[in-house]
Amino acid sequence: MELLKIDNLKTYFKTNKGIVRAVDGVSFSIERGQAVGLVGESGCGKTTTALSIVNLLPDNGKVVEGSIILNGKDLTKLSKDKLRKQRWKNVSIIFQSAMNALNPVMKVGDQITEAIMYHNYLTRDEAIKRAQELFTLVEIDKDRINNYPHEFSGGMKQRVMIAMALACDPKLIIGDEPTTALDVIVQAQILNLLNKIKEELNTGLLIITHDLSILGEICDEIVIMYAGKVVEKGSTERIYNNHVHPYTYKLFKSYPDIHGKKILEEPIKGSAPSLSDLPAGCRFHPRCSFAADKCRIEEPVLKEVSLNHYSACHYGGAWNE
Amino acid sequence: MKNSGHEMAYKRYKEFFNIFLHNKMAVTGAVILGVFIAIALIGPEVYPFDLQSFGTAKDVMNPPGTNHIFGTDDMGRDVLGNLIAGTRVSLLVGGLSTLISMIIGTVLGIYAGYFDNIFSMVIMRVTDFFLVIPWLPLMLVLTAILGTSIWNIIFVIGMTSWPGTARIVRAQTLSIKERPFIERIMSIGADTNHIMIKHILPNVFPLVFANTILVSAEAILSETTLSFLGLGDVSRSSWGMMLHYAFESGAASIGAYWYFLPPGICVVLLVLSFTFLGYALDEILNPKLKRR
Repeated sequence: MELLKIDNLKTYFKTNKGIVRAVDGVSFSIERGQAVGLVGESGCGKTTTALSIVNLLPDNGKVVEGSIILNGKDLTKLSKDKLRKQRWKNVSIIFQSAMNALNPVMKVGDQITEAIMYHNYLTRDEAIKRAQELFTLVEIDKDRINNYPHEFSGGMKQRVMIAMALACDPKLIIGDEPTTALDVIVQAQILNLLNKIKEELNTGLLIITHDLSILGEICDEIVIMYAGKVVEKGSTERIYNNHVHPYTYKLFKSYPDIHGKKILEEPIKGSAPSLSDLPAGCRFHPRCSFAADKCRIEEPVLKEVSLNHYSACHYGGAWNE
Repeated sequence: MKNSGHEMAYKRYKEFFNIFLHNKMAVTGAVILGVFIAIALIGPEVYPFDLQSFGTAKDVMNPPGTNHIFGTDDMGRDVLGNLIAGTRVSLLVGGLSTLISMIIGTVLGIYAGYFDNIFSMVIMRVTDFFLVIPWLPLMLVLTAILGTSIWNIIFVIGMTSWPGTARIVRAQTLSIKERPFIERIMSIGADTNHIMIKHILPNVFPLVFANTILVSAEAILSETTLSFLGLGDVSRSSWGMMLHYAFESGAASIGAYWYFLPPGICVVLLVLSFTFLGYALDEILNPKLKRR
């Protein structure tokens, strides 16, 4: 059975400019020991999807439809208090900016034991022992739990964040751009660490990123989002080798290939549409060079193009340059 | 590369004291304040003084001499003894009223900054009210109504000096509550009280601390002012009361400098020491002003 199953999730925000459809019918699932990558441009609803899972949406945001089933329980139907109590035990988050996600005036060890003691009935000594274990797991000297955040480097802070995410043995860890703002060497170390956690502890991982290069390193499956919708999903291998949706194709093309010619590829023209004022038909058609009349009128649905590979394009890969 | 936590902590304290000792303002302030605290603690035991021990006619308004190092006042009492006894009162009033003011200011400031509801709005309007009305008339009215015991004076000063702190704490809280680590703590499932006490308070504390010292200086001045205006506690010696009696007995016009200069200089020195310390600590603790 799946660890997490998101079905037709719709999360809308109420703003002065009207309703913003940040997430509009997203479905995917994660199994234990599996890493799924959620990819897309800024503002396409990746983080909103993650925040919907942990119920940390801002006050004006609401899950209006769909279900988020974690371990057999529908999170959208649980009370706020219940959700809060089991949050770190079921799902934990590795935050985007580790530099700022630690309280600067509190020892890192205390910040980890805080998370442990909030959810487990452990004494302080036991919690400290657990924090030391976690530090060893993320390959930091266990004596350093007595240090303050400013005494760590950026990569080490990110490790501390990972240790914290592991504190209560969660079944699912959400990594919200876990390697952004780190240099490539540290990035590789963090990715190795995440791989190790996935394999040794059998946790599910949801990696949110806009960096395609890290997907291949760690993810088993990829979900590509555009303007609040899933445009393509499937196994990493399939998506890497066979881009069915034009957006995926363009996205991969805007990354230079180290084996190919040294030319700077043309970026995708224009910018993502405003989520409160979406174009009719396919949401990608204003920027799609293959768009036909059908794309301007009819909204495509996600269809299986080959085994376990879905795409939301009318032409299902039959477009060509 | 190996550096254990305790070594690091030790290094941090060492670094703080290094910066502190190289800051002339900080050292001057600390030395003056230290001397006053020592006088307040042991002075009255070493040099006893009784406010009721009036001298005979020949003891009145004696200039400094061998019997009385700082001379005598208009009732024949020893000025030095009175001054030493007054140190205790001044520091007590300064310390306790600052404590009251800090607690009120910090609690209200954090509440008003963290929550965005009707209560926080009311708190800030009350703060504005206290900031805008002139503090001296307010203090005069309050002491007149409550009576002039030392505890009432402490209460009145505490009640009138918190708005500045509340504003500063609120502003800092507004900035801190938007930082990512607060979101992270929320995601762990921490409740509001935990966030405010364990995470926001320690982050606003350096600011509160630096502000405390400046408010102490203000509180000591306020006590002196109230006493000088005749609203002091007549049963205790204090520098303000000395100045009050010196003024009433016309010490300045008959040239009895030994009567009004010592308490005046003491007030100035004590306030100066607090101000020095406050600015120096602000410079040391506030990373934006740090000179390295």
